[in-house]
Amino acid sequence: MKTIRTLALTAAALTVTAGLVGCSSDDNSSKPAATGQISGTVTVFAAASLTDTFNQLGHDFEAAHPGVKVVFSYGGSSALAQQINQGAPADVFASAAPANMKQVVDTGEITAPQPTFVSNRLEIAVPKGNPGHISGLADFGKAGSRTALCAEQVPCGAAAKQVFQIAGITPQPVTREQDVKAALTKVTLDEVDAALVYRTDVQAAGDKVEGIDFPESAKAINTYPIAPLAKAPNAAAAAAFVDFIKGDQAKKVFAAAGFDTP
Amino acid sequence: MSGASARRRAVRGRRPVILVLPAVCALAFLLVPLLGLLVRAPWRTMPERLFSAEVGQALRLSLLCATLATGICLVLGIPLAWLLARAQLPGRGLIRALVTVPLVLPPVVGGVALLLVLGRRGLVGQYAYDWFGVALPFTTAGVVVAEAFVAMPFLVISVEGALRAADTRYEDAAATLGASPWYTFRRVTLPSVLPGVVAGAVLCWARALGEFGATITFAGNFPGKTTTMPLAVYLALETDPDAAIVLSLVLLVVSVGVLVSLRERWMRGPV
Repeated sequence: MKTIRTLALTAAALTVTAGLVGCSSDDNSSKPAATGQISGTVTVFAAASLTDTFNQLGHDFEAAHPGVKVVFSYGGSSALAQQINQGAPADVFASAAPANMKQVVDTGEITAPQPTFVSNRLEIAVPKGNPGHISGLADFGKAGSRTALCAEQVPCGAAAKQVFQIAGITPQPVTREQDVKAALTKVTLDEVDAALVYRTDVQAAGDKVEGIDFPESAKAINTYPIAPLAKAPNAAAAAAFVDFIKGDQAKKVFAAAGFDTP
Repeated sequence: MSGASARRRAVRGRRPVILVLPAVCALAFLLVPLLGLLVRAPWRTMPERLFSAEVGQALRLSLLCATLATGICLVLGIPLAWLLARAQLPGRGLIRALVTVPLVLPPVVGGVALLLVLGRRGLVGQYAYDWFGVALPFTTAGVVVAEAFVAMPFLVISVEGALRAADTRYEDAAATLGASPWYTFRRVTLPSVLPGVVAGAVLCWARALGEFGATITFAGNFPGKTTTMPLAVYLALETDPDAAIVLSLVLLVVSVGVLVSLRERWMRGPV
């Protein structure tokens, strides 16, 4: 038992030390830094659906600010929010849903405003050639159809629930996937006739899948907020990165990937 | 308990401290996270969470699928273990290595591999779908297949080890007394390695019960059909971490209970 106490104390000491190191940055100026003023590493926690665009924008940001290195940690927005609330040393958080951003704001880890930088809408993804002859949202309500949806606990599932309610359809999926990429995989492997995913996912999948737009998608727009963390180890670079993501150069990259930009 | 340990201490004399310290560290490392679950568990809302329909459904499905998967592993795995231990096969070492691949394969990759072979458009699955209109993915049978795929190596390795350690002279004696090979296997070989079979089956069942990656990839997630406890835990974490902790504790209690009862029944004395 004594050993356990010692271990617990050691762990606690380590945590406190890490926290102090994390807090040691006293430069909390949130004004956009001019080129050359920022340096070091900026750690960005971003929703998995941003992987492709952020990787590209990270390179652009590094090119614009020599001496700065951008490190990304991608994952589900809720998992990232929990990691930040447990003291993960991030500089910037880009969430795929306002709800997950709110979890971090509620604990005081983010105090800056959280502007929306892109939004995303649902689209029906079908395998190449549309073997299931899917024509619209109504096919998801037909018994005997093989369709995949996201679980209602994750953002794409919540958005899907909303459009089905508006359309008055009771969906009958064969599976409720744990994230949007898993739902898309079931389409690319031709295991389901259709899945409800984001427009950006259909674009990213290339010619393996085809997308079908439907009018109700405008009623369930998913917005992505971004903000620097209150205890960002590299506050100046964090502010600069957030500004960069809101800028015109980034908007072009997002639009090309299928995102809507404000 | 303490009387027995005191006796053992008297017999063994002093234990080397150099081993005790890392051993205690290892024990703490394994137990403290579990204690953390208990400390953080929402005890006040526990009853109403426990008796919700979803939890019962997921738990029933988990127990059913893990047990069926273990059954399949026993029927197919024991002969394979016997083949590896007893038969004069060319390239036996390679086969043994291949059998253990699902052990080191990330379960998600195992799930994708199963989809590519047994899915609706898979190498084998496409014929089943075209001829009979059946497809394993997104069905309870798919869950059992995914669990069996991941868990079978545990059973095979355990039984093979027991077979190799067993004394073959009894089998030889049975054969000289006129027993057929099948009779010898059933009445001599199998009883002699029963503890190894039980240990392997227990490991196999526990692995199947906790299976997540291959299940969610191959069988998908549909409440009542393919949502086992680990899937329910993962999804609960997205919205309600407290519910996830409760579900995890249920799984923990059930598995520990089953393992302890099996131990009482089968594994008395040195195995």
